[in-house]
Amino acid sequence: MNILAIDTSNQVLGVSLLKDDQVVGEVMTNLTKNHSVRLMPAIDNLMNEIALKPEQLDRIVVAKGPGSYTGVRIGISTAKTMAWALDIPVVGVSSLEVLAYQGRFFPEYICPFFDARRGLVFTGLYQWKDNKLVSVLEEKNLLMDDVLKKLVEDQKRVVFLSPDISIYKEKIQQILGDHAIIPEGPYHIPQAGHLGLAGLNKDSDSTHELTPNYLRLAEAEANWLKQQKGNK
Amino acid sequence: MKKNTLILGIETSCDETAVAIVKNGTEIITNVVASQIESHKRFGGVVPEIASRHHVEQITLILEEAFQDAKVTWDEIDAITVTEGPGLVGALLVGVNAAKALAFAKQKPLVGVHHIAGHIYANRLEKEFQFPLLALIVSGGHTELVLMKEHGSYELIGETRDDAAGEAYDKVARMLNLPYPGGPHIDRLATNGEKTINFPRAWLEEGSYDFSFSGLKSAVINKIHNAKQRGETLKDEDIAASFQASVVEVLTAKTVKAAKQYNVNQVIVAGGVAANKGLRKELEAVFLDTGIPLLIPDITLCTDNAAMIAAAGTIAYEQGRRSGLDLNANASLPLK
Ligand SMILES: [Zn+2]
Repeated sequence: MNILAIDTSNQVLGVSLLKDDQVVGEVMTNLTKNHSVRLMPAIDNLMNEIALKPEQLDRIVVAKGPGSYTGVRIGISTAKTMAWALDIPVVGVSSLEVLAYQGRFFPEYICPFFDARRGLVFTGLYQWKDNKLVSVLEEKNLLMDDVLKKLVEDQKRVVFLSPDISIYKEKIQQILGDHAIIPEGPYHIPQAGHLGLAGLNKDSDSTHELTPNYLRLAEAEANWLKQQKGNK
Repeated sequence: MKKNTLILGIETSCDETAVAIVKNGTEIITNVVASQIESHKRFGGVVPEIASRHHVEQITLILEEAFQDAKVTWDEIDAITVTEGPGLVGALLVGVNAAKALAFAKQKPLVGVHHIAGHIYANRLEKEFQFPLLALIVSGGHTELVLMKEHGSYELIGETRDDAAGEAYDKVARMLNLPYPGGPHIDRLATNGEKTINFPRAWLEEGSYDFSFSGLKSAVINKIHNAKQRGETLKDEDIAASFQASVVEVLTAKTVKAAKQYNVNQVIVAGGVAANKGLRKELEAVFLDTGIPLLIPDITLCTDNAAMIAAAGTIAYEQGRRSGLDLNANASLPLK
């Protein structure tokens, strides 16, 4: 089975091609460059390199967020349209879950996160149990302070994985001390190969219904809902 | 016999998700438009983030609907065309990336299209062009006069320096507590009102074909405020009629002047505001006198749709223009 995995949900651009669970090729950049311009050429180049034609693809896996709203939409628009055109299944995988794969051999909590500004993070808690990645705390848009408070109470050791680790590194270490494990640079970069692997083991989504995992309402929508409540 | 050219068009620059298939640039095979207007009404205008979210939800559904309706196979499609700009960048990105995914998956040529070129070419779906022609594009986002001497060549001779005409309509409508979009409501009120208030006409400097509507908008707002302070009551119908008279007079006068100066053989009006009855009536009356044929396409082709993008894209495709897989959305794409 030929699987194309696409991640444009955050700063990292990742494209991977897998034959079943084996990565055949991968493109990754960690640059503040335009995903919209670079995604399709990256896919095209990689497919050419591997001598794979679009119609030979069997499945597309896409990182569905959380992350940059625009970035996530670029990935999902591309993935679902391509899947629709090729009439193959598409699978959306949480961008946090992809990061959690980097903690594959850690027995306790894994806390992947993306910075969501103003002290907020998109995060959830994961744990590997019986070779399966299990969600321990539902993904949400939370204050990092609240996340850390909960972790102190849980008394577990936690590995933190995030391309935005530098923003919170000091605070995490301050609050959790040696319960916090923060690995070196490359562990904080989500890998499209992991994304493909995650998607291999999941049921496919309905192509039409696949939408981003924003974890946050659009600001106008949130304000509008607040207003509706106020009017009642 | 020459084979027919079948072009797929995609348009997501604002608040409609649209897909169309057009034959030879002149015949609509299918034209599917999903409007988000009901969603944006809550906010009194188009919210870019919400628009982008709706486009992602809709895009493959609309593609599927278009293909089901057209009964066309992929083998018959010659190229994929898409609005690359101008418009809301987040909204454009959904269409552009979907188009690139299709071009790649189906190994078809890709052509990026300018939204205004699309509005002009909407007309060719009803009537063949006679060059040179002048196009007046009036919508919530645009007020432009474009001269075309041949297919695919666009010369911008006038544009708004501030608000688009449709934008001014929406703002005045809000002042009068009319629902969004305000244009049709003002148009309706205006037919029952008298032009009793003399609002300014922004002619700008001698010979300019540019427009400006922000002064007019401010004048309307001031008039309403002052009347309120003095305890006077102005009839909404009269405000609407007087405001509309100012917009229509400037649009019509500049269009006629340009049409005569450039000796055009056709005048085309496009964009959502082309549905305005006051504007249509005035333009029709004035151009009847000049003898220059005036074309205003059906309202479904005046507002944003993808058939117009496919129609403009057909010419670009036939002229050999191609976009790469690195095609990007450009919110302020210039018309060339
Ligand atoms: Zn338009």
